[in-house]
Amino acid sequence: MQISVRVNGKQTSAEVEPRTLLVHFLREQLRLTGVHIGCDTSQCGACSVLLDGKLVKSCTILAVQADEREVLTIEGLAPREGLHPVQEAFQECHALQCGFCTPGMVMAAHALLSRRPNPSEPEIREALRGNRCRCTGYQNIVTAISAAAEKQSKREAQP
Amino acid sequence: MIPSRFAYHAPRTVEDAIALLQSHGDEAKLLAGGHSLLPLMKLRLARVAHLIDIGRIEGLASIRQSESSIHIGAMTTHSELAESELLAQRQPLLPRAAIQIGDVQVRNSGTLGGSLAHADPAADLVPVLLALEAELRICGPAGERSLAAGDFFTSMFTTALAPDEILLEVRVPLAPANSRCSYEKVPHRASHLAVVGVAVQIEFTADGRCDQARLALTGLAPVPYRALAAEASLRGKTLSGESIEAAAQQVTDGVEPLSDLYAPADYRLHLARVTTARALASLAPL
Repeated sequence: MQISVRVNGKQTSAEVEPRTLLVHFLREQLRLTGVHIGCDTSQCGACSVLLDGKLVKSCTILAVQADEREVLTIEGLAPREGLHPVQEAFQECHALQCGFCTPGMVMAAHALLSRRPNPSEPEIREALRGNRCRCTGYQNIVTAISAAAEKQSKREAQP
Repeated sequence: MIPSRFAYHAPRTVEDAIALLQSHGDEAKLLAGGHSLLPLMKLRLARVAHLIDIGRIEGLASIRQSESSIHIGAMTTHSELAESELLAQRQPLLPRAAIQIGDVQVRNSGTLGGSLAHADPAADLVPVLLALEAELRICGPAGERSLAAGDFFTSMFTTALAPDEILLEVRVPLAPANSRCSYEKVPHRASHLAVVGVAVQIEFTADGRCDQARLALTGLAPVPYRALAAEASLRGKTLSGESIEAAAQQVTDGVEPLSDLYAPADYRLHLARVTTARALASLAPL
């Protein structure tokens, strides 16, 4: 079946089997391997992407469901030069250990900050409920998201 | 994990979806948000020859108010329920339960109708609809019909929906003026499904007594149920330590509880009583 999806700002047409999961379409057909497959059972959140601006687990959505819609993956988050403020904050706060959960964590953080620019710590933790870090490095991830919120609000305050 | 092969259909109207259900019979399955069905298909616990995606039918995801009710389209997501201003003001029990479902990603995809049609014995929204005495609007080849929530859930993972019918809308009455509500849940630590969940709505009299109490529990029995004995025990009483304890003791009357390694039957019964007491205590005036 032919689908047409806007992925990271670029209109993309492709032929997929209806049973292809969005995560496999992104990783194998589009080679966007920043989207990780962790549990493959919609628990761990490593495959999180934005679909029409909403955070979803791409292991539990068919590629055909994304037809005529818009997907943002970790690869599309940073500007042409440099890093996204959430990525910068993760780097500065050492918010990753093995790094496997990081793309999903960053996408979840980005989704949260788009809706709530200044979240409280409990709000950050609640927003990460669907993302598991098996290094158990949550503390620095939460710190990084607070730092990213601060960065973004400072940038927006600038003329 | 990849589902077995299927033909994919994306009808644009309810009529087309019903026609597809009619022509493919047992081999067809409706896809709403996919958060119950797709995991089953990936594990090959469900094999579907014709998958009918109703996500592209317009008008099935809306929340609107009529004179005495709120009408919620079946494709409304849990996030939309949780964030609805209208529901927060006029029927807050639904958003209070919806915000406790799964996680952000699950709430962004999972739908009210999908969850109801799946009829998981631990679903969070089922006891809410039972406590609110919701009406379900269903469409089939012969036209539309309405069904009370209490008649919709027939057994574990089974509803009164015929194979060629679609759940279109849920109607809940506006919260009565002098009422308060609560949804209390003990979530499973991994899946975040309810081990036990209690939905309560109480209408109070002017002098603070329970006029009409409605309690429903999920996670305990094959089908979530109304705790009628507990409801009756609260009638005419104020919410005190004593009346709450008496009601909590009765919510498990006549129930043969589900049991598994995580929550054996006696533990589940204990949780039901404690959770009920908490839910009721949260409604007591300060």
